[in-house]
Amino acid sequence: MKFERKDLLGLEELSRGEIEFILETAGSFVEISERPIKKVPVLRGLTVVNLFSEPSTRTRISFELAEKRLSADTVNITASSSSVVKGETLKDTAKNIEAMNIDMLVVRHNAPGAPHYLADVLHCPVINAGDGPHEHPTQALLDLLTVKQKRGTFEGLNVTIIGDILHSRVARSDIWGFTKLGAAVTVCGPPTLIPPDIESTGVTVSYDLEEVIPRSDILMLLRIQTERLKECFFPSIREYSDFFGLDSAKLERAKPDVLIMHPGPLNRGVEITPEVADGPRSVILDQVRYGLAVRMAVLYLLSGGELKSEDSD
Amino acid sequence: MTKREKAQIMDSDDIARAITRIAHQILERNRGASDLILVGIRTRGAPLAERIAKSMESIEGSEIPVGILDITLYRDDLQLVSKQPVVGKTDIPAGVDGKVVVLIDDVLFTGRTIRAAMDEIMDFGRPKGMQLAVLIDRGHREVPIRADYVGKNVPTSAKEIISVALKEHDGADKVSVEELVQ
Repeated sequence: MKFERKDLLGLEELSRGEIEFILETAGSFVEISERPIKKVPVLRGLTVVNLFSEPSTRTRISFELAEKRLSADTVNITASSSSVVKGETLKDTAKNIEAMNIDMLVVRHNAPGAPHYLADVLHCPVINAGDGPHEHPTQALLDLLTVKQKRGTFEGLNVTIIGDILHSRVARSDIWGFTKLGAAVTVCGPPTLIPPDIESTGVTVSYDLEEVIPRSDILMLLRIQTERLKECFFPSIREYSDFFGLDSAKLERAKPDVLIMHPGPLNRGVEITPEVADGPRSVILDQVRYGLAVRMAVLYLLSGGELKSEDSD
Repeated sequence: MTKREKAQIMDSDDIARAITRIAHQILERNRGASDLILVGIRTRGAPLAERIAKSMESIEGSEIPVGILDITLYRDDLQLVSKQPVVGKTDIPAGVDGKVVVLIDDVLFTGRTIRAAMDEIMDFGRPKGMQLAVLIDRGHREVPIRADYVGKNVPTSAKEIISVALKEHDGADKVSVEELVQ
């Protein structure tokens, strides 16, 4: 199988086969970060630009390290320090960057669809590193890789995603990914934070965390994104935490081999208590480790370029 | 375009005898198996490395470490191919510092694969030495590389295809010369 796409914009448009191929490839990249010299020459001479218009530590550093470990040259642009503040449009910024002969663009933007728009106007591959509340494909791919490495299969797994589903791009991408690979997904949270039409994506809705915990194989906690919660969605952080925060008491009713996941950054004491986040069932740091491999795989697969000659051995 | 077999040049017994001879030669040249690591180059070098190691173990009585190398990310033609080739897993046991690494591949042709493999091994450390064992040397080198241990030298034209089939991957052991027909 070959990966035929120019861009990686979301998991909604990917087939099960494509997702499995990316995970398979990513599995081969895990070991590179454990070598004495953590670098392979595959993207030598290519320039990758990371255009981030929203704050990010994990994703930006993960992309940058992935690029560097593949020997690409990297440039980071943040909206606050670019000509965006002088009123330049996204298209003009991107076109100007592309005029400097870059080979790939990684973009995070607060507007849903911004990477899709750039993918249309640019010739180079575009990778969506999170577009508003829409999609965050590499996060979902690393969640999938973590589960694949820990469990081997997705068939028959019950994945529960807990928290602010409404504003979460991670939830959206995870729902596409897990359901396509054969897992059953439940979303759980206060009714105000569950989109009304969410069942149409094939998920089950629950408003009672205590009820879903015993049958879950994966508990995926989402961060309460205070920066996106402009209106009042629940009475108080403390009440949210009582009902939907995962603590040791609630965890006692879970399956013994349940995996606790969280895309980060953690709000300790809100959606997850420190004992659970640092406990033996937590794979939160494995997610970060596999994230690097996933991003290396995606960069590698999209770097193919245009058809120049037939493949040869 | 389909492939047509022109001639079979090795059967399963021939391959087994070549592997036994290479195992003896590696041990003779290195005066035993201490400090040796066999590294098979994906895809078909990997089962060959396992077989040579097994043969060496039966001669010497000690266990030989075996690694697998995928050289895709070190290829020199990635900017030329249309879509990226599949990357397999690399697994090099322990370190290579101070060891003698014996690279193992099925066919030695242009030498470019071996160039890539040597570069990749160097990124794992500084071996005391590197040697090369191949089942078939078919000539037509494009870089200055030669094999230390050769199962069979097969003069070919550049258009011919050497097809190595191994039980582990292809169900049977066989080496044949093929050509493309319209």
